[in-house]
Amino acid sequence: MAVFSDPFNALSNFQQALDAFRASSWLDAGPSGGGAYPPMNVFRKGDDFIIIAELPGVKKSDIEVLVKGRTLRLSGTKTVAFPEKAAVHRRERLAGRFDRAVTMPVEINPDGVKAEYRDGILALFLPRAESEKPKSIKVG
Amino acid sequence: MSKQPNKKGTTMAEKQEMAVREKKELAAKEEKTVPGRYFVPYADIYETDDALSVVLEMPGVEKKDLDVALENDVLRVDGRIDFSKYKDLEPVYAEYNVGHYERSFALSGTIDQEKIGANLEDGVLTLTLPKAKHAQPRKIAIG
Repeated sequence: MAVFSDPFNALSNFQQALDAFRASSWLDAGPSGGGAYPPMNVFRKGDDFIIIAELPGVKKSDIEVLVKGRTLRLSGTKTVAFPEKAAVHRRERLAGRFDRAVTMPVEINPDGVKAEYRDGILALFLPRAESEKPKSIKVG
Repeated sequence: MSKQPNKKGTTMAEKQEMAVREKKELAAKEEKTVPGRYFVPYADIYETDDALSVVLEMPGVEKKDLDVALENDVLRVDGRIDFSKYKDLEPVYAEYNVGHYERSFALSGTIDQEKIGANLEDGVLTLTLPKAKHAQPRKIAIG
């Protein structure tokens, strides 16, 4: 699917594409457990998958990613602090613990999983397992 | 919201399980001329003796794509997402949408505009708006 056919409309096309996949049951098949935070988006890039989650205000050292088989567990703590003598006028940012597990509907190579965290965005790179990749069969 | 600082001087709720909230779309007074949706960043605002602080959650926004303006006592923050990062990525499953962020606040009181501090860390922008020193009392000579 060409999401970026017209660079001027790239943003709204991309947003529409994401909206369309809100109805996708792609990740629902597995026995995912734990909480619902953080929300995740899953992308395909060639053979591999990328999971992206927004974790604004969470420190890199407070994020834990565990991989076992096809299941990923993402947990951590978000802290929101105020100075001692501050009068708080508005409080919208949420804080607390999070622990979420998702199971990918495809085999991934757990040893090849990479995590990157920048500007409050966590990206998990999940290479597809070699056994999942299509092989050409020589006709004898 | 009531403030209940604990002994550490903070009001965090660390033991609480985090809930998922749908992003709130910006209902701007003026319509955008460029396509695409904007979202309202979640904000904390607190005041100390010498400054007002505004903390905004804008995950994915880089320093270079951030605009902060204070005009006629209105603080306006505009954070843009670099969508080129999503190039070549094909969505298969989505739980949230991504877009630029914008939010404005009408400020009461006098802010020392020259000394506004901004810090962006882990997708959270902290603006420190120092209160202006009150005009020094002037001695009027009686002629």
